[in-house]
Amino acid sequence: MNRAGSAEEARSLPSKVSVRNLNFYYGGQQALFDNNIDIPEKRVTAIIGPSGCGKSTHIRVYNRIYELYRTHRAEGQVVIDGKNILLPSVDLIDLRKRVGMIFQRPTPFPMTIFDNIAYGLKLHYRVGRTELSDRVEDALKRGALWDEVKDKLGEPANALSGGQQQRLCIARAIATEPELILMDEPCSAIDPVATAKIEDLIQTLRDNYTVVLVTHNMQQAARVSDFTAFFYKGYIIEFGATKQIFTNPAERETEDYITGRFG
Amino acid sequence: MNETTRQRRVDRAFRILTASCALVVIVLMGGILFELLRNSGMSMKEFGFGFLTSDAWNPGAGEFGAASSIFGTVVSTAIAMLLAVPLSLIIAIYLVEVAHPRVSKIVGGGIELLAAVPSIIYGMWGLFVFAALMQEHVQPWLGRWFGFLPLFQGPPMGIGMLTAGLILTLMVLPFITAVTRDVLQMVPPVLKESAHGVGATMWEATRHIALKYGRRGIVGAVFLGFGRALGETMAVTFVIGNSHRISSSLFDAGNTIASSLANEFNEASEPIYLSSLFELALVLFGLTLLFQTLAHFWVSRMQRQEAGSR
Ligand SMILES: Nc1ncnc2c1ncn2[C@@H]1O[C@H](COP(=O)(O)OP(=O)(O)OP(=O)(O)O)[C@@H](O)[C@H]1O
Ligand SMILES: [Mg+2]
Repeated sequence: MNRAGSAEEARSLPSKVSVRNLNFYYGGQQALFDNNIDIPEKRVTAIIGPSGCGKSTHIRVYNRIYELYRTHRAEGQVVIDGKNILLPSVDLIDLRKRVGMIFQRPTPFPMTIFDNIAYGLKLHYRVGRTELSDRVEDALKRGALWDEVKDKLGEPANALSGGQQQRLCIARAIATEPELILMDEPCSAIDPVATAKIEDLIQTLRDNYTVVLVTHNMQQAARVSDFTAFFYKGYIIEFGATKQIFTNPAERETEDYITGRFG
Repeated sequence: MNETTRQRRVDRAFRILTASCALVVIVLMGGILFELLRNSGMSMKEFGFGFLTSDAWNPGAGEFGAASSIFGTVVSTAIAMLLAVPLSLIIAIYLVEVAHPRVSKIVGGGIELLAAVPSIIYGMWGLFVFAALMQEHVQPWLGRWFGFLPLFQGPPMGIGMLTAGLILTLMVLPFITAVTRDVLQMVPPVLKESAHGVGATMWEATRHIALKYGRRGIVGAVFLGFGRALGETMAVTFVIGNSHRISSSLFDAGNTIASSLANEFNEASEPIYLSSLFELALVLFGLTLLFQTLAHFWVSRMQRQEAGSR
């Protein structure tokens, strides 16, 4: 199922995130250089590029998670829904409710399956018992995990398999009703069957969410994304419809990378 | 000789060596227990179970009872744990989650240093500096504002149960803090990031995720401090006042099992006196064992809860 978007579509779609002149520094070391990109709304955008090119660094700006480390610093503009989220006045809690993040390794909280989902919900909403369990069920269904865990919601989350844990983390991110979901190599630590499930899940998410997916797996990018950005040494070299990037890249580096000549 | 038989022999020798080292521990335990039992036999025969409930302690009259020592041990340890546990957690959280790395390093180093200070030094400092501070400032203040409580009545003498409890607090604080800090540092950064990622504040991420993730290690740290407070001898002996009585006021002098032992072994001329001290030691041994066992069950219950269902 390839729904790869076209160049025209990319221009015509409203953008969820508009990045302008983004520079990023780890202490004195610069990791991103003048990044500019418009992430289309309700589409899947893949970010590819060789290891260390700044893919993770880039998406970690969108929810300002990098701020947990005092030497990390971003400059420029990242406009989400018309608001520059790099401004100091932005409410981080609210931002992170709107921008969910999935990490390379599953990160279940040390609590039960139910509580893993309920935790984020309870941080943001005042909900009664029945509504809470309804919403947990709903999130687990949308995370394509419900059937596998409905009989053991009270069990600790780390008793699940790696693939299940990762879907749990996706469900947890979905539960707070984000509009944008960032995934940083969500399948790199799990087996092919679990990967296929998560790819299917990403396809269904496209209807309601904007997804940014960092991946090392070229086939995965081609399979699930509408648009693809190629990063190299901290620069965004090329951004366009996935089909076009993979069949007819405009830049030499992109072509070298996707044909496996380096990276 | 072929490879596998040689290997098997080496393995066997290794097993025997390690097992015999472990055996030494068991033998030592058994030996201590046996000696304590043997030496306290006379006192047991004389006072029976009443030894544990009587607070009489008149070496001249040949009357001995452990109640005041048990009371003092429990109260001073309770004061120490009540104050040290929350304080240690707060300091550890500050060091790991809040403080600038440089500050964290300096303060953390200081804490480790404090943990290494020999207890006799705490005792001397407690007697010469801290007790005076207590007498002149802390106790009068407590008496003025909280004097309606029986806990804070009576003349401020500097030394006494409260001072002993506070010295113990200062002694176990660095222990619990250092271990808790290490436990919190072991929490994977990505787990904390996920907590912040769903919109937790620093406090929420720490309380719900980091502390929970490390809770077994933290309970271990608390019990380490607890064991130290329970058996601490020198520092307490210096500041507790060493009187065998049970008082409702924390300003009054008291004693603990360990402090009595340290204080009185030299003076124990009568066989029954000596035997009573041995029985006192046996009680401390038993108390320690009891709490260690409780701790053990608690931790393993926690483990089961983690593994099993809600
Ligand atoms: N915490 C950090 N401190 C200092 N430098 C860092 C840190 N994290 C990443 N970097 C550097 O920033 C650059 C970009 O790293 P980043 O993790 O964003 O790459 P990536 O594209 O996600 O790589 P990978 O595909 O291996 O995950 C690299 O040169 C890396 O060494
Ligand atoms: Mg990365």
